[in-house]
Amino acid sequence: MNADAWIALVAGIVGGALRVGAPFLFVSLGECLTEKSGRINLGLEGVLVLSAMASFGGAWLTGSAWLGVLIGAAAGALLALLHGLLCSLERVNDIATGIALMLFGTGLAFYLGKPLIQPQAPQLPAIPLGNWSENPVIRSALQVNALVPIGIALAVAMWWGFARTRVGLLVRMAGDSANATRALGYSVAGLRIAATTAGGFIAGLGGASLTLFYPGSWNEGISSGQGLIAVALVIFARWSPLRCIGAAMLFGGAGAIGPALQSIGVGWGYHLFNTVPYVLTLVILVLSCKPGSVAVGSPGELSSTR
Amino acid sequence: MRDALKEFALPVFAIAAALLLFGVFVWFAGVSPVEVWIILFKGAFGDAFSWQNTLQRAAPLMLTALCVAIPARAGLVIIGGEGALVLGGLACAALPYVLPLPLNALGSLGLCIAGALAGGLWIALAGWLRQRRGINETISSLLLGYIAIGLFKHWVEGALRDPASLNKPATRSLAEGLAIGGIAGSDVHWGLVIGIVACLATGLWLSRTASGFSVRVVGGNPRAAQLVGLPADRLILAACGLGGACAGVAGAVEVAAVHTNANASLIAGYGYAGILVSFIARHQPFAIIPVAILFGGFGAAGSLLQRRLGLPDASVLVLQGIAFVLILASEGLRMIDWKLLLANRAPRTPREPVVPKEDSGTVPTVATVANLGEARQ
Repeated sequence: MNADAWIALVAGIVGGALRVGAPFLFVSLGECLTEKSGRINLGLEGVLVLSAMASFGGAWLTGSAWLGVLIGAAAGALLALLHGLLCSLERVNDIATGIALMLFGTGLAFYLGKPLIQPQAPQLPAIPLGNWSENPVIRSALQVNALVPIGIALAVAMWWGFARTRVGLLVRMAGDSANATRALGYSVAGLRIAATTAGGFIAGLGGASLTLFYPGSWNEGISSGQGLIAVALVIFARWSPLRCIGAAMLFGGAGAIGPALQSIGVGWGYHLFNTVPYVLTLVILVLSCKPGSVAVGSPGELSSTR
Repeated sequence: MRDALKEFALPVFAIAAALLLFGVFVWFAGVSPVEVWIILFKGAFGDAFSWQNTLQRAAPLMLTALCVAIPARAGLVIIGGEGALVLGGLACAALPYVLPLPLNALGSLGLCIAGALAGGLWIALAGWLRQRRGINETISSLLLGYIAIGLFKHWVEGALRDPASLNKPATRSLAEGLAIGGIAGSDVHWGLVIGIVACLATGLWLSRTASGFSVRVVGGNPRAAQLVGLPADRLILAACGLGGACAGVAGAVEVAAVHTNANASLIAGYGYAGILVSFIARHQPFAIIPVAILFGGFGAAGSLLQRRLGLPDASVLVLQGIAFVLILASEGLRMIDWKLLLANRAPRTPREPVVPKEDSGTVPTVATVANLGEARQ
């Protein structure tokens, strides 16, 4: 490999980290909010696929990419609301409900998305981060999704909100001690339903960044487990929205290795490199989980860490 | 008796309600619900041909459902059956590359054992990660599933690829003598028998043997298991290994009986549908058999829905999703004390007499549950 190939590879991975990492960022923020309230939403995988379809369809029908983003996020919020309501029934396990909504959301998205496979929808604007460079490879690799800065701002806002606002404290209280919440006269179920729904809305933005930015089309293989990786990612980020940014970029970069290598002509092991995010997730889980002890920073009511 | 009726009636009502909701759903697409129900039934159980199609699909569903059900009885939620199935199929297709097999039933048995080993080890890994490192087995098994699919594609498109398969990468086809044939000349292959036997054997093991009972104790009450000194780690690993082995055999059977080689059509979502089947059967191996046949039937009817009514092939996925949501909702609703609820409500409506205790038994209770189940959606 010569110098140009190396530059292209690094630019591909860095650009990919920003591009592939965008959905990870939103889904992990959504999951973070849900888990802070004491519930796990494995159904975010279904939320992601459904909102990817809805935002693409919305953008195609309305002709505006930003309206599409809103429609996608609303669709995600609706599906997450269903999760919140179902989990409020007695004896209904949040993990099982998540699996059900994963199947339901993807089925619904594939069903409604059939007419969307052909058309082209208006795309979100790109932010050219690579304009300082003369190299066209770098310039094209560093075209960044306009939703990424929104995601980063959201992460900062959530971090501030959890620490400083009444609403943030209420969500954390519902996640840490249901009894304390009841004692203060708040509805645990209500808080959790609200947090889950808001989490679905945020994850829906991730769906929009899947279909409304490069390569910018809807197909049935659009998401492959990003919604589930996000659950592990939140554990890795120790339930901090700020650390979610770094974790999402790391995973985006890992996911970009395969395509970046392919783009410079290394075809061997394409499928192996595509499994890097999953392997990385497992390795991180192995390193960060200790048997018999609760993960640092985890909400006290969370079923997965007990 | 009343409990047994409830166990049976709730899933039935949930599935009926799912079909009803699915009818409303397709009605929005401008298709007559009645026609959809008729075609669903005809495509699944209408004639000999559709029965063959149904049973062919039911076989892998039974085995992948066991991959959820057995660990579930030991207290684990494993949803990585798809990965075990895919690796089982890969192992089955790869075995003839490294080992000359006798071209008879013994060779086919060898293929199934290879599949069982691959799938069993894969799911046992998820169980081991949980027991040793405390990693949530639901997440790890699903991640392992994606890794398995990546490995499958890597091998099928790389080292194991048959050079003759141009457009669709596949491994070399199995020799004629190794293939698993149909039962009595029909399209229904012996995999169905394997599936039914596996369900029956697992059911008997769990309900009639000491080791099966210990697995249920570990799943039902880990503290009690610890107090009486049951080897929880080993039992959980065994449950995961057995479940994974079942899904691995499903993959091997799909390769040896349907596809004749390992290619991408093996990744058909049987692992995910198996989760649904197991949950509807309430993780009871005996109940898995009829539920798998029912959902195999819906799968078989899917292509007919597409051809006759122009509904997308994903409509069966929607039906599965609705059924899954409703079955979980019914789980929550059945815990509500309806007798008490009805008795409290009754005095406020003076026309209705207070519901007598005996009359508010099974039948009205179940009907109310089903009605509410629909209303909540």
